[in-house]
Amino acid sequence: MEQMTVNAIETQGLGKRYGSFWALQDCTITVPKGSITALVGPNGAGKSTLLKLLVGLNRPSSGSCTVLGDTSGASITPSIGYLAQEVPLYKQLSAEDHIQLGRRINIRWDSELAREHITKLDIPLDRSVKSLSGGQRAQVALALALAKKPKLLLLDEPVAALDPLAREDFLQSLTQAVADAEGELTVLMSSHLINDLERISDHLIVLATGKTQLCDSTSNVQQTHKLLIGARQPQPKNDAFTIVSAVHTPRQTTMLVRLKQPNFHDPQWQIQDVALEEITLAYMRGARQQAHKQLTKGDA
Amino acid sequence: MGILQEGDRLPTVKEAVGMVAINPNTVFKAYRELEAEGLVQGRTGIGTFVLKRPSGPAPGTHDVLAKKLATWIKEARAAGLSTEQLEALIQITLRGGDYGANDSKRN
Repeated sequence: MEQMTVNAIETQGLGKRYGSFWALQDCTITVPKGSITALVGPNGAGKSTLLKLLVGLNRPSSGSCTVLGDTSGASITPSIGYLAQEVPLYKQLSAEDHIQLGRRINIRWDSELAREHITKLDIPLDRSVKSLSGGQRAQVALALALAKKPKLLLLDEPVAALDPLAREDFLQSLTQAVADAEGELTVLMSSHLINDLERISDHLIVLATGKTQLCDSTSNVQQTHKLLIGARQPQPKNDAFTIVSAVHTPRQTTMLVRLKQPNFHDPQWQIQDVALEEITLAYMRGARQQAHKQLTKGDA
Repeated sequence: MGILQEGDRLPTVKEAVGMVAINPNTVFKAYRELEAEGLVQGRTGIGTFVLKRPSGPAPGTHDVLAKKLATWIKEARAAGLSTEQLEALIQITLRGGDYGANDSKRN
């Protein structure tokens, strides 16, 4: 069976400016349909800005985005589930109140699905949301987002504030929902907890300093990124790779490189696999150094 | 997931995802790879079943080799090598020469 190259999201040079500050710049990404895509980057990288543009809560200052095949934004809102960073629930209302509210304001709504999700986790339906734990609130919010039967779920730092067990439960619910949807649900989830990503996501986007650093499937990312260790070479030149980050000691050079072709061999270098976490960190570090260089250049 | 033998049914993708929070596409891909290798067979509407063992050394080979290695480790310990030094020696020796390795990554 051939993999269909249908994308749930495509952006082209997408940017958002607040005054003279570009919160997001020249962002070109794709999110394959049915994937769980991780959106990674340091604080202020533009992750939330990107999600808000995609869901239509903000208008781009430049570029364009196509979400579920639509460029206008308005008509696809019923198909998008969006969970903002601060888990926006009405604190005085119960989970059941939220389900009733959702039923009234949404075109497509599955109350039973939401109740099932919530009661399965032993979360009381009738108690006010403010009496629930952080993990339970996050689960209620996820249940509500899924009750909409979305084709695209945008999650902004959904697990950042949760303890490890609640985080695991949340990710469990999320992967289960994706499995149940059998390829019809795409998830784009921002996070800076890189550890969880290796297991949860199959596509990775790294944003830093408002720009896209990386956008590829996690298996490709791992195949094309290697750690090279060898005798010191201050300026190694090789057409087979580009350098993401490099550390030079008096005798040794250690570089994280992006290979143009997988299966790279060179007796000069000892080649090691790198964890996804290391790769994303290297891109973020690289972007920060770049930004710093530009700043100091501007001062001169 | 435990040990599976010939004829056993693999958990469905949904079941596997239910056991550990993992990307369903990754599980699906892994199943397809197993199928391509001829180790499992998907039967429509019933499930995926184990056809045969992975090729490679017969069961028991590991035990025999492990016993020999244990003797060597005892010898190395008696000579005063620490665990780290032991590991380093194995790594260096492995990388140092071609001992009939047919590691597919190197081709």
